[in-house]
Amino acid sequence: MSHLLNVEDLEVKFALRFGDITAIDGISFSLDKGEKLGLVGESGAGKSVTGFSIINLISKPGFISKGRITFEGNEISAYSDSKMRQIRGDRISMIFQDPMMTLNPVFTIGMQMTEVLMAHRKMSKGQARKIALEKLKKVYIPSPEKRLAQYPHELSGGMRQRIIIAISLLTDPAIIIADEPTTALDVTIQAEIMDLLQELCESDNMALILITHDLGVVSQVTEKIAVMYAGKIIEYGPTDQIVKHPVHPYTEGLIKSIPGTVIKPGEDLVQIPGMMPTLTNIPQGCAFNPRCYLKEDICTTATPELKQKNGAMAACHMK
Amino acid sequence: MVMLVIALVGFSIQSNLGDPIRPLVGERVSPEEREAMAEKLGLNDPFFTQYFRFVKKALKGDLGISFIYQTSCTKVILKHAPATIELILGAALIIIVISLPLGVFTALKPRSIFSKLVMGFSTLGVSIPVFLTGIMLIYLFAVTLGWLPSYGRGETIDLFGNGYWKSGLFTIDGLKHLVLPSISLASIMLPLYIRLIRSEMMEVLETEYIKYSWAKGLSPMRIWMVHAFKNTLLPVVTVFGLQIGIMFAFTILTETVFQWQGMGFMFLDAVQRSDISLLNAYLVVVACVFVIVNTVVDIFYGFINPTVRITGTK
Repeated sequence: MSHLLNVEDLEVKFALRFGDITAIDGISFSLDKGEKLGLVGESGAGKSVTGFSIINLISKPGFISKGRITFEGNEISAYSDSKMRQIRGDRISMIFQDPMMTLNPVFTIGMQMTEVLMAHRKMSKGQARKIALEKLKKVYIPSPEKRLAQYPHELSGGMRQRIIIAISLLTDPAIIIADEPTTALDVTIQAEIMDLLQELCESDNMALILITHDLGVVSQVTEKIAVMYAGKIIEYGPTDQIVKHPVHPYTEGLIKSIPGTVIKPGEDLVQIPGMMPTLTNIPQGCAFNPRCYLKEDICTTATPELKQKNGAMAACHMK
Repeated sequence: MVMLVIALVGFSIQSNLGDPIRPLVGERVSPEEREAMAEKLGLNDPFFTQYFRFVKKALKGDLGISFIYQTSCTKVILKHAPATIELILGAALIIIVISLPLGVFTALKPRSIFSKLVMGFSTLGVSIPVFLTGIMLIYLFAVTLGWLPSYGRGETIDLFGNGYWKSGLFTIDGLKHLVLPSISLASIMLPLYIRLIRSEMMEVLETEYIKYSWAKGLSPMRIWMVHAFKNTLLPVVTVFGLQIGIMFAFTILTETVFQWQGMGFMFLDAVQRSDISLLNAYLVVVACVFVIVNTVVDIFYGFINPTVRITGTK
């Protein structure tokens, strides 16, 4: 029972002037080869920080304060920076949110692609170019030879995100971490990009961690979901199970806010009242309690643990 | 356009400042003779007629006659320009060689003691006026230590054999003479550049594409020196182009302190002896240099920033 990636009791803190605040509070999940996991939650839940902490690239002043991350049997959370660099962009690659900002504006697409290969594999520029072309074709970019000589500003947003996907494919990684890959794109392009990602992961047997706030997207693409709230995973399990029978009131609320799922056309969408707490001000007990319709006294005193419930795991006292 | 306006300003100063006939003919001339002289020189024509005559001549390279040198202004300026250009080259070189590594280093390691020292000194450097720096440099290196000469250009070589470009760049003595004035001229700009490069670099290091470069697993050297550095240079190049023009203005001080026979020195001389047509010519030439330098910088900028490259040039 050795997983491709195993995150155990991960805790991430940010060192601020008035003391450390906890952004990720003891989360655990695992990922198998070719498996697709969705990390879902509102802004500020800690989804992106989780993604970045896997490759140990949390922006300062954040740091991993506790926990173990093992990848292919090695504990990468204990790796030095230079050893970690061999994994980043090679075995685990990342796709960022905004393709307009991700590519360096003053270098050609070709240069930004080949440099990855030249950094991780001993190969000549010519060989690297060949692989780059091959990957550009894989993401259905028209006239790829021409693209290599172009600069990012000459391409559209959707095209740039395809290029970034192509860059992440260059080294045939085991895992792709996609941090809201479609948020900055046009709605019509979003579906194309998601289909492309799904297709590529399936054809190359790559694992995917899809970070998003869009449960609709996650339910179509992934096999497993981890719902995050205020730095914790509050529900974790197979996608089908969670979407059809959510246990945690928060997950339930998220699903009921998507048109055309549980809610039938014509019915009102359900809103979750209130807002996610800030990290400096997380409520006692269950962090969700001020917004919860099932709230009882115990919710404000004891923090619920994840426990098995209809084939998934959820952290709620009431269910 | 810019040059037309500056020529207009210069020209209106010229026509309002003093009587141009008196230095030519002297005191003891009858009013009739003065009138004839003015007519001959076209001084009775309306202001704009005179102005357009001046512009027309200037386009042919004729900027009038200097009173103190008794030759054409163009010639006088051309003779003094090389000294100033060499001085600015020297200062620019010092600025580039020192500010780039220091700016980058202080951006990468802002907490190190060395960075704090550099930033401290740069604040000091900005606040010391250029003539004081010059005098202190002379006192230290020329008077006390006696290592470097304190005034003049030293031994020069006539570059093209026509007496115009007397260069000090090719003799040891000439280079020695160049050291102190260039340092003093550079001193005013250098701290600004260190600070500019530092803040630009720090800003670039925070961008998404730099974060993405880390996620790509590139080496720190490549990220800093290739990815971040080129983006840092973009605004710096623009400012550098503007500042080269401003350095022309600062040469007036530096050249006076070091008795450097360049355009700034000549300008001050012209002011003291009220050689108005030479002043006017100086203004026009400096404006011209300003325009040329900025055009060159804009063209160069196009090479490093693909987003401003004009379509169809590739």
